[in-house]
Amino acid sequence: MIVDEKTGKFGRFGGQYVPETLMPVIKQVEEAYFAAREDAGFRAELDHYLRDYVGRPSPLYLAERLSEEVGCKVYLKREDLNHTGSHKINNSLGQALVARRMGKPRMIAETGAGQHGVATATVAALFGFECVVYMGEEDIRRQAPNVFRMRLLGTEVRPVTSGTRVLKDAINEAMRDWMANPETTFYCFGTVAGPHPYPLMVRDFQSVIGREARAQILEAEGRLPTRLFACVGGGSNSMGLFHAFVSDSDVELIGVEAQGRGLSVGDHSATLSAGSYGIIHGSATYLLQDEDGQVQPAHSVAAGLDYPGVGPEHAFLKETGRARYLSVTDDEAIDAFVTLSRLEGIIPALESSHAVAQMLKMRGELREDDLVIVNISGRGDKDAEEISRLLAERGA
Amino acid sequence: MSRITHAFAKAQEEGRGALVVYITAGDPNLAVTRELVPVIARAGADVIELGMPYSDPLADGPIIQAAGQRALAAGTTVKGVLQTVHDIRSRCDVPLLFMTCYNPILQHGVADFAEDAADAGLDGVLISDLPPEEADEWTTAASDCALDRVYLIAPTTPPARARVIASRTSGFVYLVARTGVTGASAELAPELRGLVAHIREVSNLPIAVGFGLREPEQVRAACSIADGAVVGSAVVEIIARLGGAEDVFYAVQQFVGSLAQATRREAGTT
Repeated sequence: MIVDEKTGKFGRFGGQYVPETLMPVIKQVEEAYFAAREDAGFRAELDHYLRDYVGRPSPLYLAERLSEEVGCKVYLKREDLNHTGSHKINNSLGQALVARRMGKPRMIAETGAGQHGVATATVAALFGFECVVYMGEEDIRRQAPNVFRMRLLGTEVRPVTSGTRVLKDAINEAMRDWMANPETTFYCFGTVAGPHPYPLMVRDFQSVIGREARAQILEAEGRLPTRLFACVGGGSNSMGLFHAFVSDSDVELIGVEAQGRGLSVGDHSATLSAGSYGIIHGSATYLLQDEDGQVQPAHSVAAGLDYPGVGPEHAFLKETGRARYLSVTDDEAIDAFVTLSRLEGIIPALESSHAVAQMLKMRGELREDDLVIVNISGRGDKDAEEISRLLAERGA
Repeated sequence: MSRITHAFAKAQEEGRGALVVYITAGDPNLAVTRELVPVIARAGADVIELGMPYSDPLADGPIIQAAGQRALAAGTTVKGVLQTVHDIRSRCDVPLLFMTCYNPILQHGVADFAEDAADAGLDGVLISDLPPEEADEWTTAASDCALDRVYLIAPTTPPARARVIASRTSGFVYLVARTGVTGASAELAPELRGLVAHIREVSNLPIAVGFGLREPEQVRAACSIADGAVVGSAVVEIIARLGGAEDVFYAVQQFVGSLAQATRREAGTT
């Protein structure tokens, strides 16, 4: 199977399945991004903002009590310590610089957990873009603190009431906005899904996670890790971590999906584990669908994983066997959220808690000489209220 | 000559533009669709565009999205729509264009779908999110079954790209009247005339203008610069208002009749 970055094909996955009304503007983004990618000035500018504004490199932290708990060394890649509290800023910053090169005055974005919305609102404030973020009504309820932050940053948060009122519907609305305003608007897409060039561009901007982690672990341990764990919704933090390790064939890549309440229709977001081949949001990939190709509703306690599609490059890594995709339930993720908080004093995002939960689940398999990196893609402050509600429900 | 091309040629001969009317299949249910298609044809539509409802329709505005949700809630499936087309064909020979997102076709199997669509009596298919770059498999399957392949050309489509799209098209060229999704009302964009002229240079196919046309006056304007006009949301709104009530047939017939009147060209303005 062939990867062609120029056309955004990862084997039979990827591509550009969008209405003609969007095609010309997507081609513009493609052209602008490929030009920027080759431009040393662009890269220097991005590096500058990543260092001095975002605070990179993010630490790779040896979690001692967690290591003791599972019986091998576990490092945490601390994307939660980035400005705005998640890995999303790596991508929003990169795309904002592309938008600025294109001379677009307005940015739009979708958001689920609100982390990508906050990151985009932040760079919009930084560079003076007008900014509109689409967010499902249900997610607005679940992630109120992030809604407040976006508004504070000068962004308009537009509630999405169509469809299932979550992330996928927010993407639909943002695409419709883009179709209506192609001249003025840049769509800052939050994950490694969507039409080409987004899967490639977002992966490139997020790949700083893995590049840093690889150098940091070599420096700390003098060897490569044996296993990487990262959560997968659309898949940007995991692709960001995995990318630098894809050709290190001894490093096992483990993507962790949201099994929600179980693998029945409407109860989970485990697209790679339980979905099938088709098209969603402009890309050929795995998705949750019925036999007519209608997209089925997804569920996860973590709003950022509540998505019935997944990035095409993940579908490719699954199909080629290079990465493994497993899933954990809402309850397992909530337990891991509490465990990491109490063992390490680090409150992870509910999304990242899925990666922690999978590692904890596999502790029986881990040997003493295993060397693990778990991506803590974001901080959990935004989830505190929802978690306390859920724990109260459970009677804990 | 396909049934769709023939309908455009016949309208041209009669000194008018062709009227294409869109409805969502299965809105409010397939039994109503089955009755509505012959009514719309008798009221003067030259081609009827049947939309396959989809859970995540990117190109549709709120009115057609809502129609799709009603149709899905009523249990509309690809098989059901094809069966309905088959039923309609036994008593009505109006050209039928199927509009859909690509994923339902992909799940059906691309070659199987083309065969089943042709067997049911569809004349052409417009796949709203399949650009020509990704369309090789579909092009083969559709031409094997003599189905017309209709594509959109947008006001933002660069000339070189418009040429590629036109070369992949059969039946007619669907020219988007303005950017954005279906349904929102707008004046005809002034640059449309230039676009039509450009498409004429690269294609001999008839050109129909659609997206945002709601009023007979807009149909008249579209038919004065192109070979036909597509009206969708305004018809769908009537169906939304009246649902499955008997009145819906009369109301749609009246409205489509008024649109058909507006396709007549004054002498000497073609």
